[in-house]
Amino acid sequence: MMISCEKATILCNKTQYGEASFLEKLQLKFHLFMCKTCSSFSKKNTELTSLCQKANLNGLSTSEKEQMKTALQKKD
Amino acid sequence: MRLLKNSMVQHELHPDNWVDNYADYLFNYAVGRVSDSEIAKDLVQETFFAGLNSAKNYKGDAAERTWLIAILKRKVIDYYRKINSKKGKAEVRMNYSNGSDSEGDWLEEQVADPFSTLENDAIENEELGSAIYDCIGKLPKKQALVFNMKTIQGISTEDICKELGINPSNLWVMIHRARTALMGCLNQNWFNI
Repeated sequence: MMISCEKATILCNKTQYGEASFLEKLQLKFHLFMCKTCSSFSKKNTELTSLCQKANLNGLSTSEKEQMKTALQKKD
Repeated sequence: MRLLKNSMVQHELHPDNWVDNYADYLFNYAVGRVSDSEIAKDLVQETFFAGLNSAKNYKGDAAERTWLIAILKRKVIDYYRKINSKKGKAEVRMNYSNGSDSEGDWLEEQVADPFSTLENDAIENEELGSAIYDCIGKLPKKQALVFNMKTIQGISTEDICKELGINPSNLWVMIHRARTALMGCLNQNWFNI
């Protein structure tokens, strides 16, 4: 049941993207309960996720950027 | 005196890196103003073209991005001029009460709520978006790319791994490094965290 801090940070990041399994979430919760450092990291990490959601980031996809690049080169 | 000299470094244009470095930042700015991602994309592309065409007029006293944003601002204004010049579009319809038979103090309903923070929220969120893109711009290229694909474009782990030819644990390490760097950067540029 006990996991390392290293594993906990990975699980914490996975949780931010909703990709942790039930068992992993349980392991993480247990670890955060025991470990102050990871607990504070997890708090900041969750805050970062909510900031990213709040900012409603709009990005261009890689293919759209490639299209832009080729169009620019043609113009050159 | 020396410091002053150093701080007035001449900036140079590097059009080859424009798309990688500024496309997201400019796009985010444009979407906030035209609320249509296709139009915003076109405006960003036009901005790059215009930048290329007037590169010889660039004096180097503003940073590259500031200069491009200035062009984009003009493009946004031009866009609104163009759609407003089409007949009828410029007409502003005002309707003071939506139900003509609503009773009571209808004037009060029209007055802005002084305690509402909704308007400020939109501005604040846009500034937050710029701050985040600033911080992403400081990341190593590969980390920025992975973070972008995962967080902003929401591509699944599997697809990113396939596209970039990396394995999942590799990806999570990069995500971790990117997120840690972003937390530190936003901590300085954005005090909410």
